[in-house]
Amino acid sequence: MIRLEHVHRIFQVGEQKVHALNDLMLHIGRGEYLSIMGPSGSGKSTLLNILGILDRSTSGRYLLDGTDVTSLTDDQQASTRREKIGFVFQFFHLVPRLTAEQNIELPLVLAGMPPAERKARTGRLLQAVGLETRAHHRPEELSGGQRQRVAIARATIMEPAVLLADEPTGNLDSVSGNEVIDILEHLNQKGVILIVVTHDPEIGGRAHRQIHLVDGRITSDTSGQEKP
Amino acid sequence: MRSGDVLRFSVGALQGNRVRTMLMLLAMSIGVAAVVLLTAVGEGARLFVVNEFASLGTNLLIVLPGRSETAGIGPSSFMGETPRDLTIRDAMALARHFAVRRIAPINIGEVHVSWRQREREVPVIGSTSELLAIRHWKMAQGRFLPPGDPELAAPLCVIGSKVRKELFGPHPALGEMMSIGDRRCRVIGVMSSEGRSIGLDVEELVILPVASAQMLFNTNTLFRILVEAKSREAIPRVKTHILSTIRKRHQGEEDVTVITQDAVLATFDRIFRALTLTVAGVAGISLGVAGILTMNVMLITVSQRTAEIGLLKALGAHRRQILVLILTEAGVLSLVGALLGLAIGETGSWVIGRIYPALPVGAPWWAVVAALGVAIATGLTFSVLPARRAACLDPVQALSHR
Repeated sequence: MIRLEHVHRIFQVGEQKVHALNDLMLHIGRGEYLSIMGPSGSGKSTLLNILGILDRSTSGRYLLDGTDVTSLTDDQQASTRREKIGFVFQFFHLVPRLTAEQNIELPLVLAGMPPAERKARTGRLLQAVGLETRAHHRPEELSGGQRQRVAIARATIMEPAVLLADEPTGNLDSVSGNEVIDILEHLNQKGVILIVVTHDPEIGGRAHRQIHLVDGRITSDTSGQEKP
Repeated sequence: MRSGDVLRFSVGALQGNRVRTMLMLLAMSIGVAAVVLLTAVGEGARLFVVNEFASLGTNLLIVLPGRSETAGIGPSSFMGETPRDLTIRDAMALARHFAVRRIAPINIGEVHVSWRQREREVPVIGSTSELLAIRHWKMAQGRFLPPGDPELAAPLCVIGSKVRKELFGPHPALGEMMSIGDRRCRVIGVMSSEGRSIGLDVEELVILPVASAQMLFNTNTLFRILVEAKSREAIPRVKTHILSTIRKRHQGEEDVTVITQDAVLATFDRIFRALTLTVAGVAGISLGVAGILTMNVMLITVSQRTAEIGLLKALGAHRRQILVLILTEAGVLSLVGALLGLAIGETGSWVIGRIYPALPVGAPWWAVVAALGVAIATGLTFSVLPARRAACLDPVQALSHR
């Protein structure tokens, strides 16, 4: 499903070149649940951004569902992102002036879906994340856990194949953090690839497959396969 | 994205930041209001002058003694050429042409008038019965000067309504004898108060038969002669007739100036149109300033909403969609601002019209259309840069600040 081949990502910081990802090889199959861990500066976020097609690798190939993403145009990448990938961010990134419902339907709006259809879909998802009574509340009126659940609903509304979570519990207390992880794992059980980037070994440990990154290289991969 | 959603999203974004929206609306509306208001006043001034001239009469030719049309101080003014005066007989001679409908010799002066103990200094016009029709004046009471030999100095007069009020007060004026200078005249009519012509307010006038006025002013000349042609087309023919008649009567000298009302009107029209355009240009600059303000505010918008735009890109928005969203926002702002400005401008010109009722204030339609068009165009044009910046935002960077 996801295949990274010899992926390099080099940033130019002033005079210096920073090798954020160094000849990365990674294969992720359908329905996998993996966590990416490592110290800060190890390239976790860069890897996540490349997996989410928010960033382009300096060299190497990225095959998503059989298509070489690196060869797509900007707009094609945007469409792929919309249809195949869902993001859950540490800081939620909800639009403050929009209600929970409007935030959730944003990807559908961008895809040009008629309002009636959108309404039905968002309704189902609000129920799935337990926020049906909060549909018309704005983010500021919601707790952190509720905000993250709205963000998850938004990430999954296009029924993506891959769900990328960047420190999804980083800004939450442990109770709501666990709730959020439960919801994400539930989604994974339905067949979505779930990739969680985290500092927290407890959260990371819940994943079926754990990858450790240090200095842009994979130092351990519990699946034992695809190791360089 | 559906256009309804684009609009809803943009309007939502505008409502989300009231202060910014208000500032933008203010900038845009001031620009548009300036254009509308300034052109309204300019156009008002132009119409005012045009109307003033129209109230002189229609198809009118004005004969002035002396040739002075564009000379100023030129060689001719040093050659000792003394123009012959215009006389009542000249005027009567001019009337003898089939294309001339009416003719009115005019004499003018300032004279002391009194009735019983009340005295006033008023402008006095000496003329003939046809002046009434030429100037389209109306009578309030009695009659105008009777037709007859213009060389007869009948002791009659017609007075303006203000003169009547101030001299006679509650007493009936008709039939009274009043003193005009060293003469006594019987009041035979009172002018209706409507009707103004440049410099002279009919309300304040006293009108005498032209021969009486000449005796009063101790002169045998005329100030000018008004000639009304039968039609607009006849004006050039009447003009040649006037010039040739005068030449014959003045020993071959063509020593009069004939002004056609059209020429004067056209000149003033041109001057004022140029003025209005200048004023509109000044106002246009304020629109340009509003446009640059729009650009700045939209740039601030984009940087303030970096995270939101980054998010939209992460959610799969195409460059074009971001561009359209930002431009729609600017378009809505400009449109609302422009309409607001139009309302302010129209209200302003209405108020000015109230304060100066004589001035027909009103922005011409082209100014309104241009102001609206330019406002929206500048709003959009100046937002292209911010919108492109937004569309090119790097989502990773945009999302990295919280």
